[in-house]
Amino acid sequence: MSLTNDIVLQKLQAAFGDVIVNGGEPYGLLTVEVPKAEIIRVLLFLFDDDTLKFRFMTDLCGVHYPDEVGRELAVVYHLHNLEDNVRLRIKVFASINEPDVPSATAVFPTANWMERETYDFYGINFVGHPNLKRILNVDEMDYFPLRKEYPLEDQTRTDKDDEMFGRG
Amino acid sequence: MDQNSAIILPEGSIEKTTTTLNVGPTHPATHGVFQNIMQMDGERVVSTEQTVGYIHRAFEKLAERRPLYQITPITDRLNYCSSPINNMGWHMTCEKLLGVETPKRVDYLRIIIMELARICDHLICNSIVGVDTGAFTGFLYLMQYRELVYEIYEEVCGSRLTTNIGRIGGFERNFSNTAFTKLEKFLKEYPVALKEFENLFNRNRIFMERTQGGGAISADRALAYGMTGPNLRAAGVDYDVRVHNPYCSYQDFEFDIPVGTTGDNYDRFMVRNGEMWQSLRIIEQAYQKIQGFTGAEADVYHAEVPAFYLPKKEDVYTKMEALIWHFKIIMGETAIPKGEVYHSVEGANGELGFYFISDGGRTPYRLHFRRPCFIYYQAYEELASGAMLSDAIITLSSLNLIAGELDA
Repeated sequence: MSLTNDIVLQKLQAAFGDVIVNGGEPYGLLTVEVPKAEIIRVLLFLFDDDTLKFRFMTDLCGVHYPDEVGRELAVVYHLHNLEDNVRLRIKVFASINEPDVPSATAVFPTANWMERETYDFYGINFVGHPNLKRILNVDEMDYFPLRKEYPLEDQTRTDKDDEMFGRG
Repeated sequence: MDQNSAIILPEGSIEKTTTTLNVGPTHPATHGVFQNIMQMDGERVVSTEQTVGYIHRAFEKLAERRPLYQITPITDRLNYCSSPINNMGWHMTCEKLLGVETPKRVDYLRIIIMELARICDHLICNSIVGVDTGAFTGFLYLMQYRELVYEIYEEVCGSRLTTNIGRIGGFERNFSNTAFTKLEKFLKEYPVALKEFENLFNRNRIFMERTQGGGAISADRALAYGMTGPNLRAAGVDYDVRVHNPYCSYQDFEFDIPVGTTGDNYDRFMVRNGEMWQSLRIIEQAYQKIQGFTGAEADVYHAEVPAFYLPKKEDVYTKMEALIWHFKIIMGETAIPKGEVYHSVEGANGELGFYFISDGGRTPYRLHFRRPCFIYYQAYEELASGAMLSDAIITLSSLNLIAGELDA
């Protein structure tokens, strides 16, 4: 029996109930949203379960949604079950005033640098990370450059305003 | 105090029993800009701290202000030893988001270019492993064949290293006859050279003793560190994106996945050599398939996506419709769906992923590159600790660390 997105979702909801929010399957990749307090338990469950076996972390990155008050920062995990070849995307949201998210390094050692990178660019504080410091930017930097409040270009230019980029 | 250490300190000393050695940021042995701060006990590495970010160029931020087709040149500069794979990985990500289907001939042309890029990348990595073990010959001879591949790139897209090859939907122009002639020349000459290269190294006593057992990693640890590509396969895990999640019609091809057993420097070298042979097999099959197209199909080199594929310049000057599309594409007035997509390709170093969040604007809302190098470089401390410095250097080059991919 091969593992399908439906089975993954059913098992997750059976184990954690309503805290798992189904985010649909954009382009075939099952996406779920998990409260940040539960994330380590969910990752461990996915790792340990004999049918789920999500034991490979493909990717971890941050996203900033300045308009979503109270859940401005997102951490997106991409997990992969290499045996059944099923992928899963998990999202965790945190408030920008309290950007604490538990660190996944104990479950996936590879999360170490990915979390450092996410901290470096978004300021997400991964609680329990063994060495949470900047990785690509200089240590003296006192802001988190990938947040949306730092525009890339000179904002006095009118030929490149956001309206021309499809959002205004 | 450690009495086994090479440095014996007097009682109460505040000095260390280890010597700090900086390998990098610019050092002939790193083959790129990154630093290792090693704690040495004599010739032996006690621990090492990797520092990256020296050529960080904020690609993810840049991408948030660029229309899709202007992001391709950014991807060139990730793993610059195999730029075409990055370019096409990005194009395929966009095509996935936009729902564009590419014709078979485009897929096969892409596969030829991507596999040539993989050969180039492995060729450099393996011959550099040779250089670092003291054998310059392999490097000197194989490098000539990279030149042949670069001539093919040049014929197809006009540039050599940072290629910006292809467009969303296909290629900017059809392959010329010269390109195919050059491809034939490469297919004829390279296997001979690669065979010679293998004869020089594979069963060479000195080379085997230098590389076997050094920098070994178990399959378990390799997976825990998120390794992919040849480095993971050398440890015995047969994960290859081309087979697990076929893209670009890779399912139409017959090829094997070479795997190792011990995950040491020698196995990584052998896996890369094996992959070069497989790539040659794939290219030959693709070239045959391309020759099999007849009629109008034989000239197809891009999908019909007028909303994203720039029309020919002569049409822009003479035809109203082409002019309109040209204007719409350049001004970013073609609709991009909202949504998020993760697409990965088998880069030369492993799973190269693009996580693209679109809010319907002309540029990505968020674009994250999953760079295999960055992820597996974490393992270096575990691989190097306890090794002799000269072996740690071979490990460094056999991991194939490309600074551009480390830093993004």
